[in-house]
Amino acid sequence: MMRYLLRRLGHALLLLVGVSVLTFLFTALAPGTYFDEMRLNPQIAPETVAALRAQYGLDKPLPLRYLSWLSSLLHGEMGFSFAYNSSVAPLLLMRARNTLLLTITATLLAWAIALPLGVWSADRLGRLPDRLLSWGTAALLVIPDLALALALLVLAVRSGWFPTGGMASVGFEALSPFNKLCDLALHMILPVMALVLSTLPLLVRHVRAAVADVLNAPFLLAALGHGIPKRTLLYRYALPAAANPLISLFGFSIGVLLSGSLLIEVVMSWPGLGPLLLEAILSRDLYVVIGGILFSTFFLVGGNLLADLLLYLADPRIRTESSAR
Amino acid sequence: MSTRRTFAKWLVALGVLHGIVVCAGFFAPYDPVEQDRKSPYLPPTRLHLVDANGHIHVRPFVYSVRLREGSFDQYEQDTTEPHSVKFFLNGARYGLLGFLPCRMHFFGAEDTRIYLFGTDAYGRDQFSRFLFGGQVSLLAGLLGAGLTLLFGLCIGAVAGYYGGWRDSVLMRFAELFLALPWLYLLFALRAFLPLAVGPLEAFFLIIAVIGAVGWARPARLVRGVVLSAKERDFVRAARGFGASNGYLLRRHILPETSSVLLTQAAILIPQYVLAEMTLSFLGLGVPEPAPSWGNLLSSLQQYSVLVSYWWMYLPALIMVPFFLGYLGLASSLQERGEAYKIEMSSLGSLT
Repeated sequence: MMRYLLRRLGHALLLLVGVSVLTFLFTALAPGTYFDEMRLNPQIAPETVAALRAQYGLDKPLPLRYLSWLSSLLHGEMGFSFAYNSSVAPLLLMRARNTLLLTITATLLAWAIALPLGVWSADRLGRLPDRLLSWGTAALLVIPDLALALALLVLAVRSGWFPTGGMASVGFEALSPFNKLCDLALHMILPVMALVLSTLPLLVRHVRAAVADVLNAPFLLAALGHGIPKRTLLYRYALPAAANPLISLFGFSIGVLLSGSLLIEVVMSWPGLGPLLLEAILSRDLYVVIGGILFSTFFLVGGNLLADLLLYLADPRIRTESSAR
Repeated sequence: MSTRRTFAKWLVALGVLHGIVVCAGFFAPYDPVEQDRKSPYLPPTRLHLVDANGHIHVRPFVYSVRLREGSFDQYEQDTTEPHSVKFFLNGARYGLLGFLPCRMHFFGAEDTRIYLFGTDAYGRDQFSRFLFGGQVSLLAGLLGAGLTLLFGLCIGAVAGYYGGWRDSVLMRFAELFLALPWLYLLFALRAFLPLAVGPLEAFFLIIAVIGAVGWARPARLVRGVVLSAKERDFVRAARGFGASNGYLLRRHILPETSSVLLTQAAILIPQYVLAEMTLSFLGLGVPEPAPSWGNLLSSLQQYSVLVSYWWMYLPALIMVPFFLGYLGLASSLQERGEAYKIEMSSLGSLT
């Protein structure tokens, strides 16, 4: 167990280092820095710009920049944001918390809906409910995420049922803890709905396919012959047997949701990583961009690690294989 | 057999849709960047069959519309004179397929203008912009997918065929690319490229960025196919007769990857159209005044537009058939692949 976990952890760490090196390499290709616009301003002397560049170490060669960034990472700073005039880590942490809140809620909700729906559909394979559901997922699949998010926003604006942006109402601080929670939940409904609807078709289709695959297995026929009730049969026997590809899909779905969340946060002005990253790209706030990308990779790698762990727990073959090594 | 027929059906449907977009100049009544400052945010023009006097017209007609006194986005119809919709009439100059100078448009009206999808803030025809924007978005998706598949094919073939250290280095690299959520990766690549560029440069930049993002997955698939193909008996036999690596790859191994590549293309193209849309929507893609499906929707980021001008949302609805076509194509291809796989495995069990 420990060895398996350690190997996966080492792998994840290597990936993170790789991604950080890669992003730094890309920055070397980038034309222009945050201070370029200052250079156009005649009121700022070129020496000032040069001094600023020197102060932030932008004139040093790439490997040196990377090393100094690494050391600042170890100090919990992750470089310096030119636009916010503060270190990047606290800036990102707050935004990342909001993104995570959205993504985790959406992931859990999407799976909670997709699992029973997929099993239900697989049980009725080829019959009317299954066909209807297939049509429904296909319809959701062909509507672009962007259009879906905008449609939800239009719905919210027209009906006035949900708040249409941000994360908290005016006067949030003055509310009691319970009301705070309600307010937050109300603000989350729209973005979470957009995220869930955009990933649901993919998940339902995979669950359906995976369960339908095992439903014809002899051991399930035998179980049916023993008079085990249908519900137990489906959830206690069929689903675990179909779990392997689904657990891998779980890791993958986190990546999909992170990407989706980036767009939805911008559209619904949710104060997560998305708007910050977009702003940073437009103003060439280098270290914020790098930090944001690294954070998202970190989440994804974390999700995949979790999936690996679940796989280890769910599949005895992997357990014996890794202990035999 | 039936999967082949559904495949053909979807292909024809997509062909028709793309044909309309390719001949945008003909089907669009107006120039996509031509502004009509007197009619900003004009709602879609209504087509009528019955006029104010109760007469029924065979040919649909429209009324001319003008701004109401003292308002900036309220319009009133002038019901005194119906203008019938004309087909194949001359209008704004354009280049059919980009180069054939032409003036004929599919539809339009004399003495007044027909805005099927309404107009935007500058009074530009949204319908024309949608068609011309489709050229940009769909071409970006197509070329981006082509680029990705080319990368994927080359890298996957090298990794699978030569194996050894090349394989492990390339596949580790692919894992790196798969480790990033794709939109973040897209952002990362875009972030480090110049921001303020002309429409044409931006277009090619976007294609390059989008094309560079997704190579890892097709590369892995191609690698898998190549790995199994190079151990097939006829390939070994050809090698035994002294065939060179280049010949083996070209003649025997790469053709095996065609079905994988085709399926991947049907999956990737709509995804890349979406990627272009996302970038342009966020202002990182093709800049105004050139239309693209993304920047057509970007005005909806303003609350007032979202609330007051519902027709600005129409492009998002009208592009759905395109995605439906690609989904149908991809799933029929996948089914075909499935059938092929089953066929192969049954053959395997016989021998």
